[in-house]
Amino acid sequence: MEDVVLLDFWPSTFAMRVKIALAEKGIKYACKQEDLFNKSPLLLEMNPIHKKIPVLIHNGKPISESLIIVQYIDEVWNHQSTLLPSDPYQRSQALFWADYIDKKIYGGIGKRIWMGKEDQEEAKEELMQHLKTIEGELGDKLYFGGEKIGYVDVALVPITSWFYTYETCGNFSIEAGCPKLVAWAKRCKENESVSKTLPDSLDIYGYVVQLKKRLGLQ
Amino acid sequence: MAEEVVLLDFWPSPFGMRVRIALAEKGIKYEYKEEDLKNKSALLLQMNPVHKKIPVLIHNGKPVCESLIQVQYIDEVWHHKSPLLPSDPYQRAIARFWADFVDKKIYDLGRKVWTTKGEEQEAAKKEFIESLKLLEGELGDKPYFGGENLGYVDVVLVPFYSWFYAYEKCGNFSIEAECPKLIAWAKRCMQKESVSKSLPDREKVYGFVLQLKKAFGIE
Repeated sequence: MEDVVLLDFWPSTFAMRVKIALAEKGIKYACKQEDLFNKSPLLLEMNPIHKKIPVLIHNGKPISESLIIVQYIDEVWNHQSTLLPSDPYQRSQALFWADYIDKKIYGGIGKRIWMGKEDQEEAKEELMQHLKTIEGELGDKLYFGGEKIGYVDVALVPITSWFYTYETCGNFSIEAGCPKLVAWAKRCKENESVSKTLPDSLDIYGYVVQLKKRLGLQ
Repeated sequence: MAEEVVLLDFWPSPFGMRVRIALAEKGIKYEYKEEDLKNKSALLLQMNPVHKKIPVLIHNGKPVCESLIQVQYIDEVWHHKSPLLPSDPYQRAIARFWADFVDKKIYDLGRKVWTTKGEEQEAAKKEFIESLKLLEGELGDKPYFGGENLGYVDVVLVPFYSWFYAYEKCGNFSIEAECPKLIAWAKRCMQKESVSKSLPDREKVYGFVLQLKKAFGIE
């Protein structure tokens, strides 16, 4: 009997990756919302090193770091919807692009945009450059994974729920610069694993507005 | 058909060292190409157009970039000998977690130790030692992070041992005094040829760091 628990925070793009992977595999799990300003004893016990979500707890044993969790899910529940390619070279390429996404797109660039300080213009330019690079990697494929959702799709698609927030706070259009990528995001949402996981863009925006108030920014 | 393996590298790079160790553990013959990072080769720019960094592993003409990805690739392709990652998915996730921890903490903190002074340097030294202590805790009483043999985390971490002397000289502290078990582990790793032949001499690394400090105008 599997026991799967996810320590989550609903706006977290890292946690969304895990939820999409669990949904792709049809895994039932208990989702526990964390208050990041008041972390639970369970979170601190299960991720003492980084004290961050997401944490996947499988039969009592914790796994941390979203991409590591997604790889773990893919390996353990390998009966359906494989996310990573079986060929070692293809796998290395998928790992490379997920790492690129982590370093360049998920690494705090969004925060520089929604915080709206002096470095906002620079951050916008950087983001568009990185999104264009990843758009180039997609090419004419339906998904980064080919005919169906794969590891890189799972790694990237959550950030698209934050695009509206970036665009509104930064006063620019991501679709204008990366139409193919936005089309890809829409295609991903035709998959239930994605559409049921990604929060509404307006809810993310509302969360950021509240967060800015809390941080004393306007 | 003969395997063709080329490694684009830079001798002081701990990331490059990881790949050298992995290739040596597997007994793979390869061509080593030293890059001049101030004058990157056309081959490097072609093989790693996204980051333009070393190391780059070129296997039968196809490039693999990023050291952790390269080590995993080597482990998967040449799986007949010296497995580096555990076979159990949970143990594998733990190994990946600690490799990720090394990547997030050790390089940047070490860099801060030799590039900064005063309060900033003291803070970096403190966090650096704290991180090494956490790794020491994970090692526990095992001879290697991989258990009885060298494993993924050992390969990922041990290259930084060649930089410890430079950190200590620049930061005026002793890593062995704070983390004796980790130093004992590093020396144990160095008894393996795959490691000792892949790590440069610590004085040479220190000399390189002094040159860099001059070039960057750091006292």
